Amino acid sequence: MSERSVRMTVNGEVRQASVEPRLTLADFLREKCHLTGTHLGCEHGVCGACTVMVDGAAVRSCLAFAVQADGAEVTTIEGIAHPDGELSAVQAAFRDCHGLQCGFCTPGFVVSVTAFLRDNPGPSDEEVLDALSGNLCRCTGYQGIIRAVHQAAGTLREAAGA
Amino acid sequence: MKPAPFEYHAPESLPEALALLSELGDEAKVLAGGQSLIPVLALRLTVFANLVDIGRIAELAGIERRNGSLRIGATTTEAAVGADAQVASSVPLLARATPLIGHFQIRNRGTLGGSIAHADPAAEYPAVALTLDATMEVASPGGRREIAAGDFFDGLWSTTMAPDEMLTAVRFPVWGGRCGFGVEEFARRHGDFAMAGATVALEVDEADKVKRCAIGLIGLGSTPLRAGGAESAAVGSSAREIDAAEIGRRAVDGLESVPADLHGSASYRRRVGAEMVSRAWAAASKEACGE
Ligand SMILES: Cc1cc2nc3c(=O)[nH]c(=O)nc-3n(C[C@H](O)[C@H](O)[C@H](O)COP(=O)(O)OP(=O)(O)OC[C@H]3O[C@@H](n4cnc5c(N)ncnc54)[C@H](O)[C@@H]3O)c2cc1C
Ligand code: FES
Ligand code: FES
Repeated sequence: MSERSVRMTVNGEVRQASVEPRLTLADFLREKCHLTGTHLGCEHGVCGACTVMVDGAAVRSCLAFAVQADGAEVTTIEGIAHPDGELSAVQAAFRDCHGLQCGFCTPGFVVSVTAFLRDNPGPSDEEVLDALSGNLCRCTGYQGIIRAVHQAAGTLREAAGA
Repeated sequence: MKPAPFEYHAPESLPEALALLSELGDEAKVLAGGQSLIPVLALRLTVFANLVDIGRIAELAGIERRNGSLRIGATTTEAAVGADAQVASSVPLLARATPLIGHFQIRNRGTLGGSIAHADPAAEYPAVALTLDATMEVASPGGRREIAAGDFFDGLWSTTMAPDEMLTAVRFPVWGGRCGFGVEEFARRHGDFAMAGATVALEVDEADKVKRCAIGLIGLGSTPLRAGGAESAAVGSSAREIDAAEIGRRAVDGLESVPADLHGSASYRRRVGAEMVSRAWAAASKEACGE
């Protein structure tokens, strides 16, 4: 089958490659861009480990083909920290609150939570649980992750107020 | 977990897409948000030589009020439907059903047209479309036609659209007057497809008598269903006196093809369904009567 050329901005950098149409966005990021922070758990939309932002919206990168993201702006876990390497508020909160153990699920959680708190800076407990429902973690038991979301929300609100 | 190779087409206009679909015939499948199709391709449950991505056709997305109905373009994402103020005010049932679909990451890509064309009996939008007697606008190279929701779903994941037809938009009637709406479902994990669920739309007159009502059933057959018997029994009665539990029991009475699997027997699902109808009815009735 014929390859197609795709071009997208990934974490601010233009990436271009010739790809098979069946190459998922996740595999494009991992194999063509060598950005292996985007993890693949289930590859059919259930676990959330592969979550990235496409034009600002958190989506499953295993449920999109790279060709569909032609022209898009993509943010992966590698693009979440500040340019000088300082952790983002969400990342720092995950560390502080023991929101991770093995870390396999963490990129998906951090990207999802980053998008969620941008759209809903003052979430209720229930809204936080709802937002986290699309990401699975086999290690932490979720309590640390839930605390991390609340802590990050507080930090971000303070920063916005300051 | 990798889809088989396929040829990718990204038409930028509807006529172009329709021409491709008719030319490629059985070898082609429409790709919208991909949230149902890509998993099926990844698991290799099905293989298509060609995918026609309709995501770049601008005219297929958007929400517009037209006379007595709200017209939603097929590729409008579930997230856009859920965030739209017009949907919330003129078709509240659709707005309230949206957060029950999967997770926000799924709704960011999944489309209204994809969900309805996919016709999963456990999905929310097909049941809402059936409950509100929505009209499906479909197009083929031969022209356009409309299909009433009641004639659209004809089996598990199957619709009465011809293979060369595409769903372009869905028109949802706007209910005026003293109305109430309810949607309830039960799933084992938040965001999963429901084991059973119900949608209710209800209008009462000045004396709180039921003027019209519609009860939709989710996950209780091979298509979304209407509980016609329970609906006609309720019309004309005083909404304040109707026993919601009785409506629930009636709604699941006589259902013939309730699914059964390791998550629940048919009889369990039927009982859960009755309870979901009862709760959705109670909520809709309360809202309609202004309590
Ligand atoms: C983890 C997960 C959980 C989910 N949970 C739910 C849930 O709880 N409830 C629910 O309702 N859905 C759920 N979904 C499915 C989701 O809502 C899908 O987005 C939706 O069912 C299909 O929409 P799509 O735009 O992604 O369509 P696609 O996946 O692109 O297409 C689905 C099918 O419809 C056809 N099609 C699409 N658009 C058209 C059109 N305009 N004309 C003709 N044919 C068309 C395609 O050819 C394909 O056969 C879930 C999905 C995932 C991955
Ligand atoms: S790998 Fe994409 S959701 Fe699991
Ligand atoms: S930290 Fe191991 S899966 Fe979440």
